[in-house]
Amino acid sequence: MTQATLFILAAAALLFAVRLAVGPSLADRVVALNGLIIVGMGAIATQAAHTSVGSFLPTLVAISLVGPIGTGMIARYIEGRS
Amino acid sequence: MIGEALALFGAVLVLLSAIGVLRLGDVLARLHALAKASTLGVLLLLAGAAVNLRDLNDLTSVVLAGILHLLASPPASNMISRAVYLVEGVPDSALDERREPEPDHTV
Repeated sequence: MTQATLFILAAAALLFAVRLAVGPSLADRVVALNGLIIVGMGAIATQAAHTSVGSFLPTLVAISLVGPIGTGMIARYIEGRS
Repeated sequence: MIGEALALFGAVLVLLSAIGVLRLGDVLARLHALAKASTLGVLLLLAGAAVNLRDLNDLTSVVLAGILHLLASPPASNMISRAVYLVEGVPDSALDERREPEPDHTV
């Protein structure tokens, strides 16, 4: 079941990567990057639960803070650019 | 077992939001697909991990990551949608409650 979860997350990452490459505007690419961050968080948590090795879990805390802060910064950039 | 089921459900939600991000028409619709489904998806993935972890140290890390994500992710989505609205506006077919009404010159 863990393998199925990781495969589904990989498929989602592929779709987000397509949007990241195609996306016409900067906001589209930010949305796709946000999705990739979410897929990474889920993969780290699933792997830690599968192997019972919690070494990467503090990384999860850092990602969960840094990702939205970066998104907000790019939002301010989009606002101020025009 | 129940933790793996929770993680699988969360992964399916993340996949659904990825399909929405790929297929929906404009930026605000894609943001809507990502912000709603993937917040719940990440929380379910973290809950599935938290059920299976035994060490209290790992457990607190997962719970803290979930709380911080729940606090920080919706305002970031709101900031992106606000920036897109201020720069590009919304499509003409969409309801825009914030637009100024046309001035009435008939009176």
